[in-house]
Amino acid sequence: MDSVQFLLFLILFPLISALFMLAVRRDTDRDWIVKLSALVIGAVTVLLLVTQIGQGAVYLWFNAEPVSLLMFALEMVISVIILWFAVRFRNYLVIALTLAETVLIIWFESAATPAVMVKDPLFLDPFSIIMALIVGIIGSLICVYSLGYMRHFYQHHTGIPDRTNTFFIIIFVFLSAMFGLVFSNSLVWVFFFWEVTTLCSFLLIGFTKTEEATKNAFTALWMNLLGGIAFAGAIVYLTYQPAGMLGLDQVLVSGKALILIPAALIGFAGLTKAAQMPFSSWLVGAMVAPTPVSALLHSSTMVKAGVYILVRFAPAFQGTTVGYTLAFVGAFTFLIASGIAISQTNAKRVLAYSTIANLGLVVACAGIGTYEAIWAAILLIIFHAISKSLMFLSVGTVEHRIRSREIEDMNGLIVRMPRIAAIMTIGIAGMFLAPFGMLISKWAAIQAFINAPFGLVFVVILVFGSAFTLFFWAKWMGRLLVITPDAENVEGLVDKNEWIALVSLAGLTAVTCFIFPVISAYLIEPFLLANYGTVANLSQDNIIIMMMMLFLIVLLPLSILLPHKKARTLPPYMGGVETAHDMHFQNALGARTEMKLANYYISPWFGEARLATTGICLCSVFIVIMFALAFVGGGAFL
Amino acid sequence: MISLAWAAAFILLAPAIGGLIAGIDRKITAHMQGRVGPSVLQPFYDVGKLFEKEGAMVNETQRFYVLSYFVFAIFAGGLFFAGGNLLLVVFALTLAEVFLVLGAYSANSPYSHVGAERELLQIMAYEPMLLLTVVGMYVAAHSFDAIDIAGFPMPLILLLPGVFLGFIYILTFKLRKSPFDISTSHHAHQEIVKGVTTEFSGPNLAFIEVAHWYEVVLMLGFVFLFFAASWILALIAIIIVYLLELAIDNTNARVKWQLAVKSSWAIALVLGALNIAALYLIGRA
Repeated sequence: MDSVQFLLFLILFPLISALFMLAVRRDTDRDWIVKLSALVIGAVTVLLLVTQIGQGAVYLWFNAEPVSLLMFALEMVISVIILWFAVRFRNYLVIALTLAETVLIIWFESAATPAVMVKDPLFLDPFSIIMALIVGIIGSLICVYSLGYMRHFYQHHTGIPDRTNTFFIIIFVFLSAMFGLVFSNSLVWVFFFWEVTTLCSFLLIGFTKTEEATKNAFTALWMNLLGGIAFAGAIVYLTYQPAGMLGLDQVLVSGKALILIPAALIGFAGLTKAAQMPFSSWLVGAMVAPTPVSALLHSSTMVKAGVYILVRFAPAFQGTTVGYTLAFVGAFTFLIASGIAISQTNAKRVLAYSTIANLGLVVACAGIGTYEAIWAAILLIIFHAISKSLMFLSVGTVEHRIRSREIEDMNGLIVRMPRIAAIMTIGIAGMFLAPFGMLISKWAAIQAFINAPFGLVFVVILVFGSAFTLFFWAKWMGRLLVITPDAENVEGLVDKNEWIALVSLAGLTAVTCFIFPVISAYLIEPFLLANYGTVANLSQDNIIIMMMMLFLIVLLPLSILLPHKKARTLPPYMGGVETAHDMHFQNALGARTEMKLANYYISPWFGEARLATTGICLCSVFIVIMFALAFVGGGAFL
Repeated sequence: MISLAWAAAFILLAPAIGGLIAGIDRKITAHMQGRVGPSVLQPFYDVGKLFEKEGAMVNETQRFYVLSYFVFAIFAGGLFFAGGNLLLVVFALTLAEVFLVLGAYSANSPYSHVGAERELLQIMAYEPMLLLTVVGMYVAAHSFDAIDIAGFPMPLILLLPGVFLGFIYILTFKLRKSPFDISTSHHAHQEIVKGVTTEFSGPNLAFIEVAHWYEVVLMLGFVFLFFAASWILALIAIIIVYLLELAIDNTNARVKWQLAVKSSWAIALVLGALNIAALYLIGRA
């Protein structure tokens, strides 16, 4: 297959799977179709990597006129669908936003200027390959996991009608749209797929049709529509620019002064989709959806579409005041969301805020836009996708077993559900500890910030944010690893499909740490070379030292297997009170009391209400400044 | 860049130096309190005796956490003295600390639990300043590698006085000295028994003690870097800094964690960040 066939296959194949889902009646059939599709999607993305690597950017020409027309028609269909929902639920804000967006779409679609003529609507470069791998591999694993999860889900929620097929249809359309988004060179096409992801996430968040789910789905919708309007505005602006300006290949080399306004608009769109403050609440609210949806939104799709477009536009942001204000939005989101995560007791909310924080770091890197920052940003995207999907899926499995998402209820999980707890430990380690992925990325970010003009501010924000990050991950990890006496193993039989996904992702978390120098050399560095003419990487010595640490981490647990004398175990020290084996003791009044331990959440400092308000105000101000600089300040460069 | 000889020297000699420092520390502290104090070799006797004790534990996983803490504390120090990347040194040290904290968590004991939470608070308090110290050295010497920073022609203290003071402030945490000996203390007057180390005993506790000696030598190595242009000056600086920490230890009561965290952050922002910003402004960057 040549490149164009690959791309079309990846975009269209999930749609075919979705069509098959329409016809499925039996569970076994569904299992087969989903597993086969997942396998094909995953395998083809790997094949894409193997065959296309080292080719640089390939632009693919074909007669796109009929496809563009079809997209326009579909965009109108999306608008109608959204309007129908908005009218049904009397959400006037969404109605207004949809109408405004539709007007903009019709405007640029009917404009017949030379800019609209994008010669090569599709393209493929190393960054697209990375994104395709994330969508293809992690997305497919989440599909497989969902097979087990949705079965449990309907066993637990007997009140709602079984819509498993609809669920998989939306997910396959979502994957298709993500492939389309990362392979499109034409901004109009990117926008089309962008809107499809907005619609899919709206449907998935509201999937359970409860009152809360519907409310949160509409929050996600209006925020993303706002971003969509900004995106459409950028396209309208570019329509009146010189020929070919609606292609990513042209717009990014056209000089900064010309594209500062569209870059700011697309930056804004990216902020909404990447759930940056003040738009972070939609992603936190999105966790009402079934857990695989959260995993999908947080790791391989949706929010990654937001940061994808920002990283694409990074050369436009580099060295501009617009880019720096965008970076500030990201940096403060990172700091504040990390702080809020400390105060959260609900595991999924901790994960949500951690996602928002890490995306903030990517946004900060993209806004600064130097080659080193982009290197860090892409590493962050890769490592975050793997570890975060692993964390969500493990929490989902635990939740079905212990009926709780509270971190305190996961006390001593290593005794009660040893294998899942071990996998979660790998996931958490992947999020904040050396020598795992996210820490490598943060390290890269420090180096990038330090070398950028005025980068010190970002370094200071990063070191504080990292300290917060360490606190909330480590205390969660500690809770999991408590050895409680007398606890029973309740792990039972974890669903085989869930298990496949969990083990694969845990394996990926570890393997990517070992092979990240290869990923960097063959995918990230060629991308940097093509866009910046120079590359960033870690020195050989440091990579060797990281590898030594990795080997130590792998070897140390084996020390348990070394021959040693079995030690006598003693109960913990309880200040001399008479304590039963199950940690009950007699208190001063003679009553039997249970010894209970709980983590620190420090809500007076890190409470959600207080910090979120600060973050929303602060980031809104930066966004206003960003637009002011783009429209009024014109070409103010640093 | 990597000097294996120095790393080997650290691995072999640091316990001896660290233990001796602990012994001298106890002697001087005793004199400050009007006591005679034990022999300067007492820490070695203590650790030796711990190794001879029965290896009883609360649960078997403690063995793994202690070993990991020990190995990564050595790794961090070895990397530092080999002249390696200081950011990596800090990351490895954090990893070591996290293992200690996890060991304390695993015990399911109220005292070690509070100790573990407080240890995490301490890490959260000192890590920004520790990283800013490394960043400051990078901005001044244009390298993250200890060997390059040590080879910088002028004493870094002249460029980084604020960063140095900030570092001294958080050094108190790392040396487990009052007023910041919140998670565990060398002194007997700790309200949470022995905090993070409460549930470790026998050989496990001995390993933790030796790992702490390694850490102390590593942290004093950071002090050295500020004066590396002149070895004699650096040695004097290390002695003065340690004596200063002792004086602070013996004249201050333990503070609440809130104050410890807030003040460390304020110090990092004011002394650390402003100093580095000033370096940028005068064009050293």
